[in-house]
Amino acid sequence: MRAFLGQLRTELRLGSRQGEQLLVSLGIPLLVLVFFSSVDVLPTGTADPLDYLAPAVLSLAVISTSMVSLGIGTGFERQYGVLKRLGASPLGRGRWVAAKLAAVAITQAFQWLVLVGVSLLMGWSPPATGWAMAIAAALVGTAAFGGIGLLMAGTLPGVVTLAAANGVYIIFLLIGGIVVPLNELPAGLAAVSKVFPAAALTEVITGSLVAGGQVEAWAWPVLIAWGITTPIAASLLFRWES
Amino acid sequence: MYRRRMSSPPSAVTVTDLRIQRGHHDAVRGTTWQAALGAITVVLGPNGAGKTTSIEHLEGYLRRESGTSSVLGLDPQTRGDDLRPRVGVMLQGGGIQPAIRPLELLQQYASFFADPDSPEELLQRVGLAERARNTFRNLSGGEQQRLSLALALVGKPELLFLDEPTAGVDLSGRDLIRSLVRDLAGGGRSIVLTTHDIAEAEQLADHVVILHRGLVVAQGAPSTLVSKDSDTLRFSADPGLDLSSLSDHIGATVTETTPGGYVVEAAPQPALVSSVASWLAQHDQTIGDIRAENQTLEDVFRAVTTEGSGPSQAPESAEDQDAGISPKPGEPS
Repeated sequence: MRAFLGQLRTELRLGSRQGEQLLVSLGIPLLVLVFFSSVDVLPTGTADPLDYLAPAVLSLAVISTSMVSLGIGTGFERQYGVLKRLGASPLGRGRWVAAKLAAVAITQAFQWLVLVGVSLLMGWSPPATGWAMAIAAALVGTAAFGGIGLLMAGTLPGVVTLAAANGVYIIFLLIGGIVVPLNELPAGLAAVSKVFPAAALTEVITGSLVAGGQVEAWAWPVLIAWGITTPIAASLLFRWES
Repeated sequence: MYRRRMSSPPSAVTVTDLRIQRGHHDAVRGTTWQAALGAITVVLGPNGAGKTTSIEHLEGYLRRESGTSSVLGLDPQTRGDDLRPRVGVMLQGGGIQPAIRPLELLQQYASFFADPDSPEELLQRVGLAERARNTFRNLSGGEQQRLSLALALVGKPELLFLDEPTAGVDLSGRDLIRSLVRDLAGGGRSIVLTTHDIAEAEQLADHVVILHRGLVVAQGAPSTLVSKDSDTLRFSADPGLDLSSLSDHIGATVTETTPGGYVVEAAPQPALVSSVASWLAQHDQTIGDIRAENQTLEDVFRAVTTEGSGPSQAPESAEDQDAGISPKPGEPS
C-alpha cells in the first residue's frame, strides 16, 4: 500500500505540473461549456443549451483525461525510460497500473466538481436521478479511453502519441455528440459515430442528466465493448521500452 | 529481515556460457565470469562489447538464449520479484521524469522498499542537497548521474549494477562517484560496474572482466592481468646488430622490431640495462635511447581488443553507446 500511495502521489504531482495537459483536460471542457452556453448557436435540442452542454462536457472531461492526458504522459514516460527504470524497482506492474488509474479517477472527480459547480452557478438544474448511471458510465469510459491512450502510449513514439491523441480528441469532440447531438449529424456520419466510444459515453451521460432524457439502447453495449477490449489490447501490445 | 536468505549466496553474480541475442545479432556469445560478494567488479570493454546487454540480462530486462546466470544465488529470469528489493540499478539514460525534483524522486522510490535509506541523507551523500528544489531537467549531466546513483541506493541494496556511472560527468563529479563506489564496497555492498574507461577500471576494480565483441577476452585482478612476464626493455642503436651475439651476452631474446629499434623480452632490471650497455660498448655502438616498458591495464586492454585479434565476424552493434543521461527522442534504450 505504501508503494501504491508513493507512486500515486508522484502521478498526481507530475500531472499537476503539466500545464498544457491541465489546459486540455479542464480548460477546453470549461471553454466549451461557458462559451456555447452563452452563445446559443449549437443545435442542442434543449431550450437552454446549458441543459445539454453541462452533461456533455462531463463526457468530454473523461475523454480528455483518460485518453489525451494519460496517453501523452505515459508515452513520454516510456520514451524517457521512466517505465523501464520502474520495472527494476519492487513497485510491480499491477501497482503501477492501479496508481495510474487512481490518478486519472481522482483528476476526473476534481474536474467534474469544477464543471458541475460552474454549470450550477450558470443556472443548471439537473435531475436528481441519473447521477449513478452517469458515474458508472464515466468509470467504464475511463477504461475505454484509458485503454486507447495506453495503447497509443505503448506502441507509438512519444511525439506521435501527442499528435494522435490530440487529433482523435478533436474528432471525438466534433462527432462524439458533445457540441453537436448525434441526431443533428448527417445520417451516415451519425452511424459511424455510434461505433466509437465517445458518442456512446456522451449518450449515456446526457441521457441520464438531461431532464426527461433517456439513454438509447445502442449506447451501453458500445461503451462496454470498448471498455473491455481496449485495456486488453493495451496490455497485450504495450511495450515498456521505446 | 525482509526475505533475507538463510545463508549467504556464493557470489554476487555468476554467469556460465551466457548467450544473449539482441535484435538479430548475438550480443553476448558465451561468457563465463564471476563477481565476488563485497567486491567491485568492473566490466570493461569498448562500445558494442556486450557490457550493457550482460548487465540488462542480470537486471531482468533481457532473456538469455542459453547458459546459466545467477544473481545473489537466484536466476534473474525467474526470481525477479525476489531480487528487485535487494538489487540497486543505475541505467544508462537514467529513466527519470524531467519534471520531478530530486527529493520527490527519492521519496517515491523509498516508498517501494521495506527499509529504505533516508532520501535527505542520500542527497547529502551525492552532493545534491543544495539542488533538491530543482527539477531533473535543470540539473547538469553530472548532477543527473549522481541523482541516478542515489536512486540506485535508496533501497539499501546488497548488490548494485551501475551501467557507465561516470559517462558524461565532469572530473570532480567523477571523483565523487568513484569515492562513493569505494565507500559502498567498503561497507560490504557488492558492485558490478561497466565502463569503457580504463583509468576507472584501474582505480576501482577488485576484479576486471574485459569483454570484446560479446566474449570475455581477459579477466582477473588488475595486478594479475598486468603481467610482469610481458615487461620489456626497448632501446635504439644502429640497424642490423648481431642479435644472436647480443642475446647470448644478456641471456634474453632480442628482436629488431623496426630498423634500429630493438626489444629485449625481459624484465627491465638495472642488471639487464647494464648488460645491454656493456655489449653495445664492446661493439662500439652508441645508444639512441633506452627505456623500460612496464605493462599497464591499457596495454592489456589494447592487446585483447585490437581489431583482428578479437573473435572474427564481429556483429555490428548499436548498444553500449556513450549515452548521456538526458533522454533523447528515439534513442535506443
